[in-house]
Amino acid sequence: MKYDLIVIGGGPAGLAAAYEAYKNGIEKILILERDKELGGILNQCIHNGFGVHSFNEELTGPEYATRYIEMLSSTNVEYKLDTMVLSISNGGEVKTVEAINTNEGYLTLDASAIILSMGCRERTRGAIQIPGERPSGIFTAGTAQRYINMEGYMVGKKVVILGSGDIGLIMARRMTLEGAEVKACVELMPYSNGLNRNIVQCLNDYNIPLLLSHTITQIIGKHRLEAVVVSEVDNDKNPIPGTEQTLECDTLLLSVGLIPENEITKNAGIDIDRRTSGPLVNEAMETNVKGIFACGNVVHVHDLVDFVSEEGGKAGRSAAKYIQHLIVEGQEVTEIKNGSRVNYTVPQQIRLENISEAQEFMFRVSNVFKDVNITVRNSEGDLIKKLRRPVVTPGEMEKIKLKKAELEQAKGSLTIALEEVV
Amino acid sequence: MIEMICIVCPKGCRLSVDQRPDGDILVMGNGCNRGIPYAKKELTNPTRVVTSTVKINGGIHKRLPVKTSTDIPKGLNFAVMKELEKIEVNAPIKVGTVLIKNILDTGADIVATRNM
Repeated sequence: MKYDLIVIGGGPAGLAAAYEAYKNGIEKILILERDKELGGILNQCIHNGFGVHSFNEELTGPEYATRYIEMLSSTNVEYKLDTMVLSISNGGEVKTVEAINTNEGYLTLDASAIILSMGCRERTRGAIQIPGERPSGIFTAGTAQRYINMEGYMVGKKVVILGSGDIGLIMARRMTLEGAEVKACVELMPYSNGLNRNIVQCLNDYNIPLLLSHTITQIIGKHRLEAVVVSEVDNDKNPIPGTEQTLECDTLLLSVGLIPENEITKNAGIDIDRRTSGPLVNEAMETNVKGIFACGNVVHVHDLVDFVSEEGGKAGRSAAKYIQHLIVEGQEVTEIKNGSRVNYTVPQQIRLENISEAQEFMFRVSNVFKDVNITVRNSEGDLIKKLRRPVVTPGEMEKIKLKKAELEQAKGSLTIALEEVV
Repeated sequence: MIEMICIVCPKGCRLSVDQRPDGDILVMGNGCNRGIPYAKKELTNPTRVVTSTVKINGGIHKRLPVKTSTDIPKGLNFAVMKELEKIEVNAPIKVGTVLIKNILDTGADIVATRNM
C-alpha cells in the first residue's frame, strides 16, 4: 500500500498537519497513532484555556481535539489506532514506515512524504536525580493527570509538586478540587515557568504556596512516600544547609520539563539540534532528509497548543508542496543562529526561494530579562530588525517575523539575540 | 491601587485596578477590552469556569470530562464538585450535552466536553 503522506502521531500537531495536507490537494493520507484514540495529550487536559488563538474562544483540551477530529472526519484521511511505529527509512523518493498493531500485525507502509508529530514526554525522577528512598507515590504530573482525568484513579491525598511548569500548576488545582491537600509547589528557579494566569487560578485561588528558589533534597518512605525534605537554594542552585524543612506527603508530582520524543527520528539518521532536542528544520518544517517533515512538540516544546496546530498546519502545507514537486530546492541556505541570551531558534535554516512574503522565527530566552531589545543581525553584524520588550522570560516562547526584503539582507546567516537598550 | 493578573487569556496582562470613592473602577494595563470586565468582576464577584469529570459507563474511558457552560462564582467551586460526584452517565454522549441544568442556581449548565 503506497500513501502520499504518513503522519506519525495523532495529537494536535499531527491532526493539523494531516488536515492542511488534505486541504492542499493530497489524496492518500494515513495517520498512525499509538493510543486507542486520536487527540493525544489534549484528551487528558480537561481544563480550559485552549483555542484562544486558533478558534477565538476558550475550549477545554478534549473540546479542542474534538474540533480537529470532526474536521478530519469530513475528509478521506485514514488513521490506524493502537499502532506503534518502530522505524522509518529515509530512502529517497519512497519512504518506508515499519509499524505494528494487534489487528494487522507487522506493517510495512510506503509513502512519498512523512510528517513526524510524536510530541514529547516528561522528565522523570531519574532525569533530575533526587536523592533518597524509592517508595511508591512519585509520579510525573502528566501521568497523574491521565490517571485522574481518564482512568478514574485518585493518586494521593497529601501532595507536594516539584516544578512550577503549567502541568504542575494545573495538577495542583485539579488535586485540590478532587479533595487532596496540596502542601506546596516547589520551584528551583527564582521564577515560575508557568503562565501567570495559572499561578493565579491554580495556586492563589486555593492558597497553595509557591516556594521559589527551593528544591527537594530528600525523599523519605519505605513502601509509600511519607515525606520530602525541601531546601532553599543559592544563586548557583545549590541547597543551602540549615534551610531544610520536612513536608509530610504521600504523593510527589514532578513537573520538571518535557523532552521531544525522537528515537524514531534519530534512528532514521535525521539531524537533531542539541539545543531543542528536536530535529533541525528549515522554513518548510522539513528535516535534513528531503520529504520528512516535523512539527509540534517533537521539534521544540511549545507553551500553547494553538501554536502547535499552526506549526502542524505549516508542515502539512509543506508536505503537500513537496509531494506536488512545488518546493524549490534552494541553492543557498541561510543559517539562523542564536546569539547572546537566546537558547535556540526554530527554524534553524531557511531557503529564501521558498519564502514568498515573510518568515516567523520562534525562540526562547535564557533567563528573565527586563526592558531589552530583541535584535536580528546579518552575517556582517548589521542590524536588520529590532523589537523592544518590557519583559521576556524562558517560560514564554518568543516570536519575531521578518519580511522577505529583510531576510534578503542576511548574506548567509541571521543571528537572533537580546541586547541592552541603549 | 490593586495589582492583579488578568486570566482571560494565556497572555496574562498585569492590571492596575483603582476603585474611586464614587464606586467607579479604573483599569489600566489591559492588553485588550476583555481585561476591563474581568478586573471589575474580580474585585466584586470573582468567577471561574470549573472543569472536572463525571463517572461514565460503557465509554472507552472511566471518566467523562465536563465543564460549567459559563463562569460561576469561585466560592462555589467545591460545591459544584460535590454535585458532580452524585451523577453517573451512560455512553454514548455527545460533546455539548447538558448533564446538569442550572447547577446550584448559577445559571450555568454542566456540559460534556467530548464525545464518548
